[in-house]
Parts: sequence; structure tokens; C-alpha cells
Amino acid sequence: MTGLLWTAAALPAAVGALLCVLGRRADRVAPGVGVGTAAVVLAVSVLVALDRPVTEVPFLPGAVFGLAVDPLAAVVLPAVAAVTLLVLVFSAGDVSGARARFTGLMLLFAAAVVVTVTASTLPALLFAWEVMGATSYALIGFRWQQEHRVGAGLNAFLTTRTADLGLYLAAGAALAGGAGLALDELAAAGGPWLHVAAAGVLVAALGKAAQLPFTAWLSAAMQGPSPVSALLHSAAMVAMGGYLLLRMAPLLAATGWAATTAAWVGALTALLLGAVAVAQRDLKQLLAASTAAQLGFVVLGAGVGSVAGGTAHLVAHASTKALLFLVAGAWLSALGTKQLAALRGAARRWPLVGVCAAVGALALAGVVPLSLWATKDAVLAGARHESLALYVVGLAGAALSAAYAGKVLWLVWQQLPADPGYDTEEQGTRRVGVLEQAPLVVLAAGAAVLGLLALPPVGDALRRLLGESGAASPAVWEMALSAALAVAGVALLASGRVRGLSWGPLGRWLSGWLGLPRLTTVLVVRPVLGLAEGLARFDDAVLARVVRGAGRGALRTAGTAARFDDSVLDRVVRGSASTGVRLANAAGRADEAGPDAAVRSLAAGTRRLGALARRTQTGWVHQYYVQAAVVLAAALALLLAVR
Amino acid sequence: MLSLIIFLPLAVAAVLAVVPVPDRVARWSWIGATVADLALVVWLCAAYESPAGSGLAFEQQVRWIPTVDSSYHVGVDGLSLPLLALTAVVFAACAVYGLREQHRPRALVALFLALQTTCLGLFAAQDLILFFVFFDLSIVGMYAAIAGWGTGRNAGRSALQFFLYTFLGSLALLLGFIGLFLAADPHTFDIPTLVAAAPLADAPVAGGFVLAALLVGLAIKTPTVPFHTWLPPAHTDASAIGSAVLAAVLLKMGTYGFVRIAMPVLPDAWQAAAWVVIAVGILSALYGALVALAQTDVKRMIAYTSINHMGYVVLAVGAAGLAGSGTAARELAVTGAVTQMVSHGLTTGALFLLAGVLHDRTGSYAMRDFGGLARTGPVFAGLFGVAAFASLGIPAFSGFVAEFQVFAGSVGATAWAAIALPGILITAALFLRAVQLMLAGAPGGRSIGFTDVRAVEVVPVVTLLALSLAIGVAPWPLLDLIAPAAEAVVGLVSR
Repeated sequence: MTGLLWTAAALPAAVGALLCVLGRRADRVAPGVGVGTAAVVLAVSVLVALDRPVTEVPFLPGAVFGLAVDPLAAVVLPAVAAVTLLVLVFSAGDVSGARARFTGLMLLFAAAVVVTVTASTLPALLFAWEVMGATSYALIGFRWQQEHRVGAGLNAFLTTRTADLGLYLAAGAALAGGAGLALDELAAAGGPWLHVAAAGVLVAALGKAAQLPFTAWLSAAMQGPSPVSALLHSAAMVAMGGYLLLRMAPLLAATGWAATTAAWVGALTALLLGAVAVAQRDLKQLLAASTAAQLGFVVLGAGVGSVAGGTAHLVAHASTKALLFLVAGAWLSALGTKQLAALRGAARRWPLVGVCAAVGALALAGVVPLSLWATKDAVLAGARHESLALYVVGLAGAALSAAYAGKVLWLVWQQLPADPGYDTEEQGTRRVGVLEQAPLVVLAAGAAVLGLLALPPVGDALRRLLGESGAASPAVWEMALSAALAVAGVALLASGRVRGLSWGPLGRWLSGWLGLPRLTTVLVVRPVLGLAEGLARFDDAVLARVVRGAGRGALRTAGTAARFDDSVLDRVVRGSASTGVRLANAAGRADEAGPDAAVRSLAAGTRRLGALARRTQTGWVHQYYVQAAVVLAAALALLLAVR
Repeated sequence: MLSLIIFLPLAVAAVLAVVPVPDRVARWSWIGATVADLALVVWLCAAYESPAGSGLAFEQQVRWIPTVDSSYHVGVDGLSLPLLALTAVVFAACAVYGLREQHRPRALVALFLALQTTCLGLFAAQDLILFFVFFDLSIVGMYAAIAGWGTGRNAGRSALQFFLYTFLGSLALLLGFIGLFLAADPHTFDIPTLVAAAPLADAPVAGGFVLAALLVGLAIKTPTVPFHTWLPPAHTDASAIGSAVLAAVLLKMGTYGFVRIAMPVLPDAWQAAAWVVIAVGILSALYGALVALAQTDVKRMIAYTSINHMGYVVLAVGAAGLAGSGTAARELAVTGAVTQMVSHGLTTGALFLLAGVLHDRTGSYAMRDFGGLARTGPVFAGLFGVAAFASLGIPAFSGFVAEFQVFAGSVGATAWAAIALPGILITAALFLRAVQLMLAGAPGGRSIGFTDVRAVEVVPVVTLLALSLAIGVAPWPLLDLIAPAAEAVVGLVSR
């Protein structure tokens, strides 16, 4: 069985890498190969979910690469694999051009998700976590011919990697705290290191889950193809942030503050991004904001210890949001637009797509008896148990999700106008094929019934499976209240009263994603670029010049020394030579019988030495260095000789 | 055997320098010699068994200058063997890349083979004088490579600056070596003897001065901030293979000196200076990354990322000197540091070879001159993208293995190390910005009519990246090699 677990990770990785390397040569076979691989992964996922193998291989000294299917992974892994398969089926009909690269990257991403879900040690988690980020960069920037799309990928990658630094920090903290690098041992880290590890994990998860304040990258990520959003921004990448917190809930709880922080960040994201979603005029932007808001409920669940509820919400949301993103993608390909105004009545053009979209939107709104109604209430029950304020904020977020879902639902089921104004983004094909429609039906079924995961008897079984016995479950009045809120929210938006209102600055603030993209630019990007420019100028103008100045200074010193050599030393030498000659002559005259020849040769020798001494003054600084080296070596020899 | 590996390239170089063979023969004999040497190194790795403690394998000692107890003493352990292998790989890759070299190929081949011997000799040297000789000769060889085959207009000037600056560093190093020699009783230049004796253990002032001399010498070579200003011009004006060798192999001589000489021989002084080393490491990592972010010339940018990557190594070896903190974390940090040396050699070598392709086609390194290269040079774009991701430390490549260990180990030793963490973020930003500027969008500027990479360029780049991938996916064969040696170094520095 451990072999099967490795297969689930290695097969898509290998096939994906191969497709990327083969490139255009594999474009024809890529969709088929991709769907086949994803189907195998789904089958294997189901098998390992039943068997729950645990395995590890050596990776780093003292830190194994561990994979394990625990109860939580057993629930999430098949769900993610199923969404991957359905999205790849849809893509086979939707994506044209560079299909091998697209399928290859999707499979690489899927492999990273499998490892993320099953990782049992920090190195394995971080490994997959960062590969997810890198492949998401390549997928968002898939259409690299348009540079701004690559820029959007860059934005997403950098934001999530900023948060990822938390995991590097957590690894260091785990080592320093003596806890080891296994995920379930992190809570054993000693002293302040426990808090550092928890903070690191929390930040990394919030970044991936696009929670506040990291949300802005998700808006930019909508530049990617719709199937990419359907996988990355529903079931996988973003959801993995919530998943990590569900998995690390004991660590968060052990600190005394991290769990509360997570709960409040989740609740506030659900509220504020819900409002952002209401204010959007672009379907994909609306869905993106909704994703962050819905993940807020998962994070809230992890924060209040409602792990079963959070898990159920994660799985149900994966199906719902994948469905809606695929619908948006189908309309974008067919009608060439994702502007809500232009999509008026779009549901009527392809009734099957329209019905699926309606199911998705109603589920997202939390309408009884569809999935997100029950799963969200399971989370909110935990929140109410924790604090009333948290519950109220969460409930308000739920009402807002009803509002934005109602807005979409109402618009797309309007009468078809005569000139809807299609093709705002690209030239639409005006057709939605079977391959694109079939996955919608499956996902719509999921969006309808997955609420069972939070309702008895399946819900109770899930709680037992996740070892969660004491957590609060929603009372009947709570579920009735949220159901009423959902209906009211949908009705309010559908009635047209609110839609017509001009929201003024608040509306602009909300439709601009709370000003977060601008804040990122002003507070992070520009200061860092400015600092970089400043340091680069300092490097060129100061540091490099100091070094060159020192070199020139050495040259000048050498020149002075050379002049001193010529004008003083040399003259002394010459003078001494001539003095010698004069002395010799004097001596010769004084003593005719003296050793005249010997004196002459001494004089000549001294003159030659003088000439030699002049020859070293070449003015070449490197030769001066060689001389310096020789002198040093001589000094060394002398030292050695003396000692 | 080890000596054969070291001197085989030099022997071939000597023949080529004397016998006027045709250029074709010279080029192919380069490949033959480097591949044969690589095969020998592979055999060495296969036959290697980690010696006990801080011992050496394949040791050889021959009388050389007995009056100062300096001998021809070579041997390998887990610190040097990975770098020997890296040297052999990088030079073989350069030999293949150099098949298209038209400018005096015979002299170039002789020069690079001689340079290879100095690099191999340095990593195997177990004697300070031998180490110094190879250290200095490598500077001479690199000077000739930049001045003689550099592509930039200021190649001569940059080469001179490189020579003078690093030669100054080597003089500082020599000063430190003499200090060690004088402090040891009996006087010796033999590294294992010095390691065992740990002279100057009881003389903090003298030990501090000697370590300062060693640190300055090695910091210039590594290079760390603020001794790095020779590096960007040297890289900008060097040829592609010159840059590849300079970055991949020569920079490692500095960082290797830390773990081979400075840490084990001067444990007390190293512990005392640990915070200085850590600070320099953090500064280099952040400063190198930030200045790289502001570059508009792709080759200068890669050069500055080298300062960033070497900063991680310096940070890790500094953290290893914090004797009060956990041993496991510090061992992880040193293992990460050595892994980073290998990883940086592979990925940066590949990046510099790719930058050479740009210059070969267009004569420019300016990022703004390009755009949309993914259309006109799809293979180039794919390779550059992969190399960029490998260099920014994405998992499945060696950089992640190295940086994870460096950071987990260093932060495990001191929380201050976390200050350097944004370095990996800025590196990601600058590489992806380069990717976006040069590869994405519609083709423009010099991208139009760009000839995609040729086989002789693809083979070496793919080889280097494949090795990085192999280490990234299955790091334990390499780490099993390094970890015992790292353990020994941490044990020695904690004395």
C-alpha cells in the first residue's frame, strides 16, 4: 500500500514533467494522457484512503520525507483527486494551444497537492508547498504572450512565498525547541519556540488560503485560465492553506493565542471578502473574493477546533467553487466575456450549464438543503461555542455569501437581451461541448449533497473518524436562522433594491479589494525596489569607487616612490659610485702599487646595481605586487631562519 | 589515484601548450581530458567510505619542503569530495560548451586544464602552503582567462582588478597561515596536524588576529559584502565559461577555506567571532539580493545573486560557531552550507552558460533589449526558466535542499538568522522579473531573429540542471557524504 501512496504522488509528477519536456510534440495526446493519469490518481487515492498507509524515505539528516494518510487526509485526498480529474476533463474540451504544457503543469501541481495533503514531516510539506506555488505561477502565467498575465503569476507567487517563509521559520523553531520535524510533534516544541513555530505555520497557511492581509494575490490570479482557477482556487492551492490549519489545529490550540487569531482572521475574511464579492462586476473576481471568504469559514473552523466542520466545508466548497469557476470558464470561452453585465441571461443559452450554475450559486448562498448550508453551520456552531462576537461576524459573512450568490443567480437567469455585449475579453466560440458540460453535472451533484458530511449520520461518523467528540454541533434554531438568512440574502439581491444603490467610496473600496493591491504596492513593492535601487547606486558609487580609489592611491604612492627612487636614492647610489671612483683614483694616486683593478671593478659593480635598482621602477602596479610578494616570502624565509 | 585526478588535466595542458596540434584536436582533447577526469572522480566517489572522525580518505603525503614541515599532502573527506566532483563536472560542462570557441582554442584549452588542476588541487590540499600555491595559481589562471578571452570592452581592466583584489586577499591569507605556523609547536603547515593541535586556543588576542587575517582573505575570495566589488565587473567582462568556472568553482575556495581551515584550526577564535560571521552572512544575503534586484544587466544580476547565495553559506558556518546552541541544528547548518556550495555551482554555472548564449547571439546582456524570447528561442526560454527556478531555491532542485538546511539549522542555532529569510523572497522576485522581462510578451528588440540554443550549449546546461534536480529529489547520497564531515567540523569547532 505504501507503494500505492508513492504512486499517487510520483505518477502525476513524472507524467507531468514528461509532458512539459516534450512540449508541442505531445499536444495531441496530452489531454488524454492527463485525464488517464488523473483517473489513476483518483483510484489510488480512494484505495489509500481506505488503507491509510504510512511511509517515509530518508531525505535530510535527521529529517525524513514522510507521507501518511491519516483520517483527515483520507477525506480530503479523494476529493482533491476527483476535482483534478473533472477539471482535466473540462480542460480537454476547453484549453487549446500548448495543451502538453498545460496538462503537464496541472499534473505537476496535482502531484504537489497529493504530497501536501499526505505530508507528515515539515520538509515534505514545505517541498510540496513550494512546488504548488511554482506551478501555480506557471499556470497563472500560462498565456505568457501577454506579459501582464506572467506579472499576475509573479504577484501570486511572491505573496504566497512571503507567507511560506513562515514554514522555514517553523522548521528552525522546531529544531531549536527540540521537537523534531514531524508535523504532529511540532506542538511539543519547548518554550518560546512553540509560539514561533505556531506563528510560522499560521502565516504560511493564511498566505496560501488568501486570508487577510494576503488576499490580493487571488484577485491577480484570475488572469490565469479558468480551469486553473477551478482547481487552484477552489479545491487545491487555496484550500491547502485551510487544510494545513485544520491539520495543525492542536499546535494552534497549544499556544493559547494562535487558534483565536486564526478564528478571527477567518471570520473577518469571511465578512470583508464577502462584501468585496458583492461589489464585483466581473464574475471571476466575484468568485475569487468568494473563495477567500469561504476559506475564511474553514480557517474559522480550525481556529475554534471544529475540525470536522471545517473539513466538510472545505470539501463541499471545493466541489461548489470548482463548478462555478468551470461555468465561468465555459461562458468565457463561448461568449468571450466574464463581465457580469454581459452575462445577463447567459444561463438560458445552455440550460444544462445554467441549471448547474444555479445549483452552485444556491449552494454557495447556503440555501437549504444544499451542501454549504450544513457545513457552514457546523463551523459556526463551534464559533458560537467560543464567542458570540465570532458567531455574529461569521453569520454576517454567511449572509453576504447569500447576497453575492443571489446577485449572480439573478443576473444569469434574466431574459436574454438583444445585444448582451459579448466578447469583451476574447473572441468567443459560441459553443459549450460535451467534455465541458459533463464535469459540471458531477460537480453540481457534489455541491448539492456533500452537506451530508456535516449532518448526521455521516457527519457523526466523520467526527468520530477525526477523533473529535466534544465539539459543539449546531442547534436546530441555528440552522434555521442561517437558512432564513440565505433565502433573505438571495431575495434581497434578486429583488433589485440593493443592486441599484450607489455605494460611493465604500463601493469603490470594496470593488478595489479593500485597496489591498495598492497597499501592497505602496507599502512593500515600492520601498523594496527603492531600497534596491539605492543600494545598487551605493554599491557602484561608493563601495566600488573606494576600492578603485585605493588602487589609484597605491599607484600614486608607487609613483612617488619611483620619483623618490630616481631623484634621491639613485643619486645617492650614483654619488656613492662616483665617490668610490674618486676615492679609488685618490687611493690609486696615493698608493701607485695598490690593488687598482679591484677597486675599479667594485665601482663598476656598484654602478650596475644602481642600474638594476632603476629597472624595477616600471610603474606597473601588478609588478609592484609581485615584488611585495617576493619581499614577503623573503621575510618569511628570514623569519624561519631566525627561529 | 587522487594525485592522478589532480594532475591529469595539467599533463594534458602541458602537452597542448607545447605541441601545436590543430584546433579541432585541442577542443576534443579538452573534452577527453575532462571527461576522463570526471570518470576518475566518479570512481573515487564510488570507492569512498566515510573515514572515522575527522580522518581522510585516499590520503597521500610526499616530502616537499621539510625545513618548514610543509609536504605535498592530499586527501579527501566529506567536505572536499563533493567540491572535487563539482569541479570535475563544471569543467567538463565548460569543455563541451567550449567546442564552438574560435579564439585561440589551443591556448584556451591549455589554460582551462591548468586551471582545473589548481582547483582540484586546492580542494584536495591538506597542507597550508600547498593550499596557498593552488589558491594563488587559480587567481593567475582566472586573470588570464578574463583578460585573454573576456567578452567585455573592459576585460583587461576588470581582470586586473580581479587579480589585484583577490591577490591582496591571498596575501592576507598567507599572513594568517604564517601565524598558524608560528603558533604551532612544533611548527608545521600540515592541516590535520594543526587541526589536532588547535594552536592559539589559549591565546585569544593572537588567535583573533590570525583569524581576522584568514577571514579577510577568504571573505575577499567568497566574496562577502563589503569585499565583493571585484565580482560584478569580472563576471560582466568574462566569457561564458570563464564566468561559469569563476562562480561555480573559484568562489567555493573562499567558503571551503572556512570549513577546512578557519573553523577546525581556530575553534576558540571562531566561537568568539561567530556573531561577526553571522552578521556578515546576513548582510551579504540581503544586500546581494537587493542589489541584484536593481540590476538591468542579466549577467551582473546573476553575479550579485552569487553574493546572496554565498551569504547563506557564511551565515550557516557562522551559526555553527555558536557553541551554546543545539548540536543537531548546527550540524544541519554546516551540511546545508556545503550542499549550498555544490548547488550554487550547478545552478549558477548553468545560468552563466545561458547568459553566454544571449551574448553570443546578440552581443548584449541588457534585459530591456529582449522580450518574448519564449517565442523565438523556446528551448532557451525553457532552460532559463528552469535554471531561474532552480537558483531561487524551488523544491525538487538542489537549492531547496541547501537553503532549507541552512535556514532550519541556522534559525535552530539562533533566531537572529531569520533576518536573512527575506533573501530567498527577493531572489525569487528578481529571477521571475528577469523571466518576465526577457521571455514573456511579444518578441521585440534583439529577440527578433534569435537563434535558439545549439546542442553544444544544451548538453552542458541540461547536465548541470539535471544534477541539481537529482540532488533536489534524492539528496541523501550527497548528504550521507557531507553529514559525517559536517558533524566532525561542528565537533571540532565546539572544542
